[in-house]
Amino acid sequence: MKKTWLWAILPLIALITSIGIFLSIDPLSPLGVSAPPLENLTVERTVLGDRGISLLVRAEGSKPMQIAQVQVDGSYWTFTQKPPGAIPRLSTAWIDLPYPWVENETHHLNLITNTGISFEHTIDVAVATPQFTLSRLWGFTLLGLYVGVVPVGLGMLFYPSLKTLGGQGMKFILALTLGMLAFLLVDTLEEGLELANSAANAFAGSILVWAIAAISFLTILTIGRSRGKAPEGQSLSTYLSFSIGIHNLGEGLAIGTAFAVGKAALGSLLVVGFTLHNLTEGIGITAPLVKSKPTFITFLGLTALAGLPAVLGTWLGVFAFSPHWAAIFMGIGVGAILQVIVEVGSYLARTASKIGGTWLSKISLAGFSAGLIVMYGTALLVNF
Amino acid sequence: MNYIYKPLLEYEKIMKRNKMIFDVSRRSLLGMGLLGGGSILGKFLPRETLAQNPKQYNNHFTNSAVHGGSTTVGDVDNDRNGFSPRDILTDWDGGKVSQLPNGQTLREYDIAVEEREIEIAPGVFYPAWTYNGRVPGSTIRVTEGDRVKINFRNRSRHPHTIHFHGIHSARQDGVPGTLEAMPGEEVVYDFNAKPFGCHLYHCHSAPFKRHLHKGLYGAFIVDPDPKRHPEAEKEARSRLLGTPENQEWQEFLMVMNAFDTNFDEENEFYAVNTIPHEFMKRPLRIERDRPVRIYLINVTEFDPVNSFHLHGNFFDYYDSGTTLTPSLRTIDTVMQCQGQRGILEFSFQEHAPGQYMFHAHQSEFLELGWMSAFEVVA
Repeated sequence: MKKTWLWAILPLIALITSIGIFLSIDPLSPLGVSAPPLENLTVERTVLGDRGISLLVRAEGSKPMQIAQVQVDGSYWTFTQKPPGAIPRLSTAWIDLPYPWVENETHHLNLITNTGISFEHTIDVAVATPQFTLSRLWGFTLLGLYVGVVPVGLGMLFYPSLKTLGGQGMKFILALTLGMLAFLLVDTLEEGLELANSAANAFAGSILVWAIAAISFLTILTIGRSRGKAPEGQSLSTYLSFSIGIHNLGEGLAIGTAFAVGKAALGSLLVVGFTLHNLTEGIGITAPLVKSKPTFITFLGLTALAGLPAVLGTWLGVFAFSPHWAAIFMGIGVGAILQVIVEVGSYLARTASKIGGTWLSKISLAGFSAGLIVMYGTALLVNF
Repeated sequence: MNYIYKPLLEYEKIMKRNKMIFDVSRRSLLGMGLLGGGSILGKFLPRETLAQNPKQYNNHFTNSAVHGGSTTVGDVDNDRNGFSPRDILTDWDGGKVSQLPNGQTLREYDIAVEEREIEIAPGVFYPAWTYNGRVPGSTIRVTEGDRVKINFRNRSRHPHTIHFHGIHSARQDGVPGTLEAMPGEEVVYDFNAKPFGCHLYHCHSAPFKRHLHKGLYGAFIVDPDPKRHPEAEKEARSRLLGTPENQEWQEFLMVMNAFDTNFDEENEFYAVNTIPHEFMKRPLRIERDRPVRIYLINVTEFDPVNSFHLHGNFFDYYDSGTTLTPSLRTIDTVMQCQGQRGILEFSFQEHAPGQYMFHAHQSEFLELGWMSAFEVVA
């Protein structure tokens, strides 16, 4: 026993020792490695206020990075940095520029480090960043409710008519749900990868999204089947709500960010678009409930689970937003949607076999296509 | 969900370029266009929540003392650099003087190329190539007809030359293959100083552009010999360094240069005598009652033209300084192409004391560092 213990610890000790030796004798020196340090800088947040422009920057240098000068629109500008001094790898600092920015116009910033390397950042449309107030918070809450809760709730109003459907009708609705989910899967993944791209390189954002998606998919699948069989009825609906909820968190984030960075002109259009877009989600969530007798509270709970994250997303998007955290959320969303695709798919197969058929039929093809087309069609209203 | 604003922004840009949308109404017009009637949402939300009314953001942004905040931040450590842009203004180098048997004055100089990292703007370090450790290199100031001998050592890892702008033999030209010093080598340039004027010297090794913008340039000033210009002896004496007439003048060397710190063939920093904003942060003091003469040289790379504009005053300009009467009279802006240079003469005698700016009139260069001021004192 003692020996096996030893073999678990010895490799670790050897590893630490070899790293220590490497760092202390510097075996790379004969290679003549004297290249300048690698530098990279990511602007994570941009705040425009009545005192000027503030940037939250994350340094990704191989050594601590020193921001020496800042240009705004091709002019050196006085600035202060908090905290001052060199910014260690993966740390952040605020750069405050008392610059008289111009409403609704574009500004180009250029941050120059002590080695003379420059990093550009563009503010596409300059508008004042919303400051946190209770009335604003309430406003964005309402916005989130319109985008998330209202459409899901409206979709659920179709429930009584779903109950009247026969086996074929049920197949159609389940396939429609699958089509919708397939759309959301791609959409969430794209959103996650896009956020990952705007995050600091060192976080390897796209790998993070894929890895989180795989882990969350397997985790939720395992939890769902922990009783030995695939979830159905109310529990399947709950998983549906959860996964759609995370997707709606992403939508909320995007809308909040749009408002924060001056795309508010699109706000009203977006809200109407999302209401139509997300209606299908409500129908999908209730589809597995057709065989059971859910209470009103169940509907409320499912609506909240699927819709309220949009409110949270809106808040985060407006007031505090780091792309790598958002990318992680989108990764979870991808995993969760994949899990319900598997479960709704298997439920569809079981429903089909009960009425004497297979999962693949003209009806299910029609339903799946309809789901995709509806989602794509309504997305035309919200894509810019 | 990718409602990124780009297409719309492009549209706005195009419309703005074509002046089809006026600023005030632009946003609301677009909103109307997209949703035909607009803010349904607005009816349900507190008004100020989503309101983004245009405001004026042009007041009390900064209490910065320097030009409304339009400046580089901090100061360069001149001691570490080993030279200061202010000293270079008046740091004339007459060389080691002796008489040749024929009575000609011999001026000998030791110039070495060194690769040095210098702080070319506050906190920004640049791997420069230098003549005698400074950018611009030593200001060689001789008199028309002097013999000039340069002992040129190359202590760097690339071949270099000194190419003088002057009248000389092809054998003294300092181009690749002619008096080009390989690393570790030493060559000697030996020629008569002519014509009188405000000239420059620079490295002419290939690749040419890089050897220049890395910092290998300096001023070569040839004062006129009054004896040779009886028709304008007074003017010649005022130019000749050290004469009583010359000491009346306040003379400054200003080398307009720039640095491309990220090597994208565009300059990040512009200045006179290397350090941006130096004479804006600490204006150059001049006495009101003494005339001012500026030896102005443009060695800016990448940008074809640089310029000098003086506030509140006009000057006479001697292109290349090779004449004793002005080539341009009463101007307040002069432009110079790459390698062009000249002499400016002006006086603040009639002026109220105070700060008078001088800078490139390319706003781009001005905002990137080539912005300065005189402090005229009574």
